[in-house]
Amino acid sequence: MSELNHLTLTEALEGLEKKDFTSVELTQAHIDACEAAKSLNAFVTTTYELAIEQAGASDKRRAEGKAGPLDGLPLAIKDLFCTKGVQTTASSRILEGFVPQYESTVTSNLFRDGAIMLGKTGMDEFAMGSSNTTSGYGNILSPWRSRSAPEKDLVPGGSSGGSAAIVAARAALGSTGTDTGGSIRQPAAFCGIAGIKPTYGRCSRWGVVAFASSLDQAGVFARTTRDCARLLKSAAGYDPKDSTSANLPVPDFESALKGDVRGLRIGIPKEYRVDGMPKEIENIWQQGIEWMKDAGAEIVDVSLPHTKYALPAYYIIAPAEASSNLARYDGVRYGKRIEGGNLKDLYELTRAAGFGDEVKRRIMIGTYVLSAGYYDAYYVKAQKVRNLIRQDFLNAYGQCDALLTPTAPSAAFAIGENEDDPIKMYLNDVFTVSVNLAGLPGMSVPAGLNADGLPLGLQVIGKHWDEETVFRVGDVIEQAANFKALPQSVLKKAA
Amino acid sequence: MAELIKGETGDWEIVIGMEVHAQVVANSKLFSGASTEFGAAPNSQVSLVDAAMPGMLPVLNEYCVEQAVRTGLGLNAEIMHHSVFERKNYFYPDLPQGYQISQYQHPIVGKGVIEIDLPDGTIKEIGITRLHLEQDAGKSLHDQHPRKSFVDLNRSGCALMEIVSEPDIRGPEEATAYLSKLRMILRYLGTCNGNMEEGSMRADVNVSVRRPGEPLGTRCEIKNVNSVKAVQMAIDYEARRQVEIIEDGGKIDQETRLWDPAKGVTRSMRSKEEAHDYRYFPDPDLLPLDIKSEWIEEIRETLPELPDEKKKRFMADYGLSLYDATVLIAERARADFFETVATGRDAKLAANWVINELLGILNKDGKTLAESPVSAAQLGGLLDLILDDTISGKIAKDVFAEMYASGKDAADIVEEKGLKQVTDTGAIEKIVDEVIAENPDNVAAYKGGKDKLFGFFVGQVMKKTQGKANPAAVNALLKTKLG
Repeated sequence: MSELNHLTLTEALEGLEKKDFTSVELTQAHIDACEAAKSLNAFVTTTYELAIEQAGASDKRRAEGKAGPLDGLPLAIKDLFCTKGVQTTASSRILEGFVPQYESTVTSNLFRDGAIMLGKTGMDEFAMGSSNTTSGYGNILSPWRSRSAPEKDLVPGGSSGGSAAIVAARAALGSTGTDTGGSIRQPAAFCGIAGIKPTYGRCSRWGVVAFASSLDQAGVFARTTRDCARLLKSAAGYDPKDSTSANLPVPDFESALKGDVRGLRIGIPKEYRVDGMPKEIENIWQQGIEWMKDAGAEIVDVSLPHTKYALPAYYIIAPAEASSNLARYDGVRYGKRIEGGNLKDLYELTRAAGFGDEVKRRIMIGTYVLSAGYYDAYYVKAQKVRNLIRQDFLNAYGQCDALLTPTAPSAAFAIGENEDDPIKMYLNDVFTVSVNLAGLPGMSVPAGLNADGLPLGLQVIGKHWDEETVFRVGDVIEQAANFKALPQSVLKKAA
Repeated sequence: MAELIKGETGDWEIVIGMEVHAQVVANSKLFSGASTEFGAAPNSQVSLVDAAMPGMLPVLNEYCVEQAVRTGLGLNAEIMHHSVFERKNYFYPDLPQGYQISQYQHPIVGKGVIEIDLPDGTIKEIGITRLHLEQDAGKSLHDQHPRKSFVDLNRSGCALMEIVSEPDIRGPEEATAYLSKLRMILRYLGTCNGNMEEGSMRADVNVSVRRPGEPLGTRCEIKNVNSVKAVQMAIDYEARRQVEIIEDGGKIDQETRLWDPAKGVTRSMRSKEEAHDYRYFPDPDLLPLDIKSEWIEEIRETLPELPDEKKKRFMADYGLSLYDATVLIAERARADFFETVATGRDAKLAANWVINELLGILNKDGKTLAESPVSAAQLGGLLDLILDDTISGKIAKDVFAEMYASGKDAADIVEEKGLKQVTDTGAIEKIVDEVIAENPDNVAAYKGGKDKLFGFFVGQVMKKTQGKANPAAVNALLKTKLG
C-alpha cells in the first residue's frame, strides 16, 4: 500500500476501477506523502480532512457505479484558484485569511469529475516569479538535489512551484497551475514532470486570482502526458462567465496519444539558439530532434524573427495589467488591512505590508508604462510587438505542425541565485513567454538529466486550439526519453 | 440670440459644453447580474463582480449595449461598429476594482446632433461629440459616523451613458434647454429615466468666456450640478467669476470646480497639475465590442416617434400651434394622452382641454398625468357631449370639475344632475318671451341702439334655464324677437 503514491494518475484510476484499493486508501497514501514532503513547504493550506471526506464520498459513488472521469484521485490545487470555504492567498500576505464564497470554474470542473483536493499549493506571490522565492509564506523547495552540491536547496521553478514540487515528490497524482509567462512549463521542467498550458481561452479564468489577464491561462501538471490529457479534459471548457473563454468543444485529448508522429512536421526555431545557451540545453534539444526524426517526423527549420523582443514586451504588458489587477487589494473590503489616520494611510500601509518586493516592483513598472507620456512608447509599442510575435508563429505554422524547443535555459538553480538582478531572473522565461504573448498551447515534458543529475525539459508548442498535436508529440518524447529518475528525497524515503 | 455678459470692458460670450451621465434603464448592471433598483437597503444589490472579489470577471450586459445604441440613434448619431472598453485607474473606496471600466479612445457612439427649442421660439442645433458606456461607482457616505466613511456598493457597476456635447451652448438658457431636451429624448427612448434628484442623470458643465468672435477661452469643469436649476445658477456664477478675473487682468486656470448649492458658488476641486493620470488601457477581461449593421437596424425599427417629429406631426396633422404642440410633446405620456382624446374629435378643442383644464388643475395640485383622476377616454367622453350639443362649453367646465373630484364619467354626471342642454326651441322660445316681457325698459333701450344689451338678454335666458339652453338657439331666437 505504501507504493500507492508512486502510481501515475492513469494507473491509480485503473486500480480504483479494479477495486485494488479505495480512494480513501489512495488519498491517505498521498496525505502521508505530503506530510513526508513537508520540508518542501509546497502548501499554503492543506485540506486533509476535506480530502478524506471527498474520498469517502468518491468510494460511495464508485460503489454505486456513478464514478466520474477523475473520481477519487487526489490532486493539489494552486493557491491562485479560489476555492469555496478554503483560504485562498495567491501566496500573498495581503490575502491572508481570505476565504472565498465561490469556487473557480476550473476547480468546479475537476470536482464535478470526482477529483479530491489535498490542499492549496504555494507559488511566487501573485504568480510573479520563476523561482518560488517571492512567496509571502516562505520559499518552496524542489525535491531534487544536484550531485555536485547536494547540500544546496534548489528552486522548483515558478510560479506554480508548489504544484510542480508536490507532484514530483509523489505526493499528488496531479495538480493545477497557471501560466502567464512560463509558470507551468518552467517548473515542470525543473521538477522533471509534465505540464501543459493550453491555448488562451481553453480554460476559464473565472475564480482565478488575476495576474495579467491577457496572458494568464490555467493548466495542469502530472507525471505523464496521458495524465495531463485526462486532467486537462476535465479542467477545460467554455465558461460564459469569462468573456475570453472560447465557445469550442473540448477534444478528447487522450485519444490524440497515438504513440506516433509519422508525417508530422516539427519546426525548430533558429532564434531559440540564444547566445550563451548552456551545452546541456543544446544537447537535450538536439536529442529531442533526433527522437523526432527517429519516430518519423520531418524536421523543419523555421524562423520566429521577433523572438528577441518577446521578453521586453512581456515585461511591459504583464506588469501593466498586473498594476491594474492588483489595485483591488486596498484593505477596504477583504484581506489584510492596516488602519491609518486617513484613507491614504490605509492604502499605503496596507499595500506596503501586504505585498512583497517583486509584486511592488511589477506594480511600479506597470504603473510607469501606462502613465501619460510613456504609454505610447511602452505599452502601445509592446502590443505591436505582441502582434508581430503572434504573426511569426502563424507564419511558421505554414511550414510545420508544432515547434520543439528547450523549456528553460538551464536546469533548476539554487535558492538565492539570480536574486541579485531581476533581469537575470526574468531571462528564465526566454523560451516560454512568446507562447503566452501569442496565446498558443505549450507543454513541457521531462527529457533527461543533466550531468549534475537534474531534470531538463523539452517544450512542444502547438497551433491555436491544437493541444492534440502537442500531446501527441509530447507523448512520443516521453516514450523516447523514458524518464524514470526520482528526486533524491523520494528515493531516500523509498530506500 | 446668445446671452452676453456685460462686463466693465464690454460684452462677453459664454461658451458651454456639457458631459451628461445618464444611468441606463436596465434590470441588471453593465457587467454583472445584480439588480439596479433605486432605494434598496445599502449593499443589498452587490454581486461578487461588483465587489471586485479576487478572480471575478466582467461579462457585458447586451441589453445595456442595445440601450446605448438606441440612445445614439435617438441623438441622430453615428453608431460605431467597433468599440473598446478600457480601464480608468484610480483609487477610491467606492470604486472596488481600483478602476472604472469605461470607453475612451473608441466609444460606442460618435458624432450626433440634437435640436433645442429656445424661449423665443427659435431652434438651435447642438452637436453631440460622443456617447460612451461606463460603470458607475458606489456611493461614499461621510455623514454616518464621526471618524469613518461608509460605502454603499448598490450603484457600483450600474451602466452609465456619458453623453458629451460640443461647445455649442451659449449661456445658461441654452444649457437648460439642452439638458431638458436631452432628458426628453432619453425619456422618450426609455433609455434613462432622467431623474436628476435620484442621481440617475448628472451633469458636468464646462464653462469658458470669450469676446464674441474670438477663439475659445480656458475652460473650467464644474461638477456636482444636480438639477436643471443648478445648471443655470452654476453657469451664471462661473461665467461672472471668469469675466471678473479676466477684466481684473487675471488668467483663468484650467481646473475642476465643484458647485456648492448651499452657498451658490463654485469652488476649486483640483487644478490641471493635480489632475489624475488615469492610465487608461484596453480591459483585457473584455473583448472589443463589435456590432453588426443588421442589429443596429433592428434597434432602429423599435425607436419610438421622437419629440421633434411628434411636434411637427401635431402641428401638421392636428393644426396645433407651436406652443400647444410644444406643451403636449414635453412628455411621451402626455402626447399619448392628447392623441387618445383627439382621435376622432376636434383636435384643437382636445388640446385646449388637455392643456388648459386638465394640466392646469394637475399642476395646481402638484400631480402628474399618471395620477390624473380623469382618464383620456373620460375626457374624450366629455368632449363628445360638447361636440354633439348635449352640453355647452360652460356646463362642461362644471362637469369636468365634478369628474376630477369623483372620477365619474361625464355622461353619468350630466344624467344625474339633469345638465342636459335644452335644444327644444319651443321651450327656449317660451323663456325668451318671458324675459322680453319682464324687461320692457331694456328692450326699448336695445331697440334704441344699445346693442351691448344683447348679452344681458342672453344672460337672463341662461339664468332661467340654469345654463342648459343651447347658446346658438338662444342667440337666434333673441335676434328674431328683438328685431
